[in-house]
Amino acid sequence: MRNPPVSLDLETDVRQESARHLDQLSALESESIHIFREVTAERERCVLLFSGGKDSVVMLHLARKAFWPAPIPFPVLHVDTGHNFPEVLDFRDRTVERLGLRLEVAKVQDWIDDGRLSERPDGTRNPLQTAPLLDAIEQGRFDAVYGGGRRDEEKARAKERVVSLRDDFGQWDPRNQRPELWNLYNTRHRAGEHVRVFPLSNWTELDIWRYIARENIELPTLYYAHEREVFERDGMLLSVGEFAQPRDGETVVTKQVRYRTVGDMSCTGAVESDAFDVTAVLDEVAATRITERGATRADDRMTEAAMEDRKKEGYF
Amino acid sequence: MSTLLRLATAGSVDDGKSTLVGRLLHDTKSILADQLESVERVSRERGLETADLALLTDGLRAEREQGITIDVAYRYFATPNRSFVLADCPGHVQYTRNTVTGSSTADVIVLLVDARHGVLEQTRRHLAVASLLRVPHVIIAVNKIDLVEFSEATFREVEANVREVIDGLGIPGVTVIPVSALHGDNIAEQSERTSWYAGPSLLELLETLPAGENPEEQSFRLPVQYVLRPQGAAVSPEYVEYRGYAGQIASGIVRVGDEITVLPNGRSATVTGIDTADGELTEAFAGQSVSVRLSDEIDLSRGDLIASAAAAPTPTREVEALVCWLAERPLRPGDKVLLKHTTRTVRAMVKELDSRLDLDTLTGVPAQALELNDIGRVHLKLADEISAETYAESRQTGSFLLIDAQSGHTLAAGMIRSTVPEDLSATDWVI
Repeated sequence: MRNPPVSLDLETDVRQESARHLDQLSALESESIHIFREVTAERERCVLLFSGGKDSVVMLHLARKAFWPAPIPFPVLHVDTGHNFPEVLDFRDRTVERLGLRLEVAKVQDWIDDGRLSERPDGTRNPLQTAPLLDAIEQGRFDAVYGGGRRDEEKARAKERVVSLRDDFGQWDPRNQRPELWNLYNTRHRAGEHVRVFPLSNWTELDIWRYIARENIELPTLYYAHEREVFERDGMLLSVGEFAQPRDGETVVTKQVRYRTVGDMSCTGAVESDAFDVTAVLDEVAATRITERGATRADDRMTEAAMEDRKKEGYF
Repeated sequence: MSTLLRLATAGSVDDGKSTLVGRLLHDTKSILADQLESVERVSRERGLETADLALLTDGLRAEREQGITIDVAYRYFATPNRSFVLADCPGHVQYTRNTVTGSSTADVIVLLVDARHGVLEQTRRHLAVASLLRVPHVIIAVNKIDLVEFSEATFREVEANVREVIDGLGIPGVTVIPVSALHGDNIAEQSERTSWYAGPSLLELLETLPAGENPEEQSFRLPVQYVLRPQGAAVSPEYVEYRGYAGQIASGIVRVGDEITVLPNGRSATVTGIDTADGELTEAFAGQSVSVRLSDEIDLSRGDLIASAAAAPTPTREVEALVCWLAERPLRPGDKVLLKHTTRTVRAMVKELDSRLDLDTLTGVPAQALELNDIGRVHLKLADEISAETYAESRQTGSFLLIDAQSGHTLAAGMIRSTVPEDLSATDWVI
């Protein structure tokens, strides 16, 4: 029944059961599975945020392992900015189908259409996600929301607990967090509150890629090098399309690129890359001198505390 | 073999803790260019001449505004040999709770001591916490050795004073290293400026310390988290009858064929299978998340403990424990709270409050209440049995949380000293 080992030259990633010490990836995997089981056992209504991005794909892989041979016992929720890469939406739908999951979609576009939200002057929709997200949590009466946030992503996230309490308004209060001790997670909350849960807290971008390699996890093709029409803005390569058009002085060129994150098309940049497969991506990630978000996320560059401010409002 | 080592930092406000963390990140090339640029930019805006590495670790708006660390942050760095999760704990004297939080999962605690000031009250507090929490390895980094002209005599004097406290607390295997976090002496590499010091650099030591405990020396314990019973049309026929007890092994090793006892009801069974989504195993050990199958259909649910039949703990309704009080509201005798032990949560009442630990003298003193950050010794009466052991026997099955039943807030970190009612009158503070 055991899967054949992935034949990659990753000496450190071979499972070392005989040595009775978990290697790094196995320790992270085991910790994440523990978190999934613990919170799902204690909370009434869980939901997993799923965008089709690499972290949420790894989340689903871990959730499947946590409850195997039973199916994943909660639905997935996609907060759709309306600025998605078509490849990612396609991947999302195929994955949900394959795993027999229930998919709920909260659409930013619906909120813009009926006037509850208005388009920002810069065209970015990432900050607009918070209201539809909180509404979907309320409507679904979800009291535990799994997200793929990692502490290595950003300095405000480095302060985040694995199980993080949100108040009636979905707000995070970084100055008044519950202490988190041993592996005893406190998932309690009062009516109206909920917990956000981050099973990937202790994973780094490199861990994610090494795990994707070890477990042979399929990702949207955008993560691997391909040719694409792009133009440069603020040091980022934006994809030409419905949601981003070059302005005066910005030239469209065809480049060989890949994406490190696959968020909103209007603010997620590509990086030039020759990495056509997972092994090459691993080398690239290991050698990079730029963080994932610093390289490719415009919304995190707005202010020094952009992420903290959004998280306080209820963003992930 | 690459293993994950969890470390926590401790020390007082001005001993260079942020600089040390920044230095570790820097010397392991874990600071990426855009992060460094951002730190340099903010440092310039503040009129500083050099980049303030503390800005790397103080992530919250309020922390940067006030120049202090408010809460524990987690950092990640790696060398070719090992990866590290670093709990970067605030240094303020009153925040014992942050040190407790960071230390509860740590394999090693790195405690900074300023070479110019030697052992402070804070050093004693943090060593006491490390001792109470039984952090497996303690490293004392005698920092700012450059400011005492790399003097061996000064280092030896500080070391002797530190050793006195360590011996008083009975902490085994402590390493003391002279370092300059600012200049990098003995951090990643041995410094030529401390030629009188023959030991390893901080990173060399961190790379070679054993992580975790040896499961071969422990008894098997598996707190049941979740009963896996696949139901519904999507389940493949071979698993329709499946019933597995899922959890992360708290200690020891389990093999197919082992005799086990289920607690608290005390029924026995044999392990017939150990499963993971990747396939069956013949044995599994501490730290692994697995699902076990048993020979008999016994009543077993979340909160029960599967233990080796040969060495099972005795369930108890009464414990004597040390608690670190983490809440604003004080703890008083008679208080009713929830106690979360492994995967089981029971009602608990504070039967007695014996004493509070005086962190200056490291002795117990009489107390009417425990206030925020106090460490005290209490007797708890439980509404239901728990399968507990002493914290000295197991960090997993000897620890618990106290939770406010109404607000749901975490009130305390608890470490069990005794589970046997007759023993609950012991007066010493050793755990």
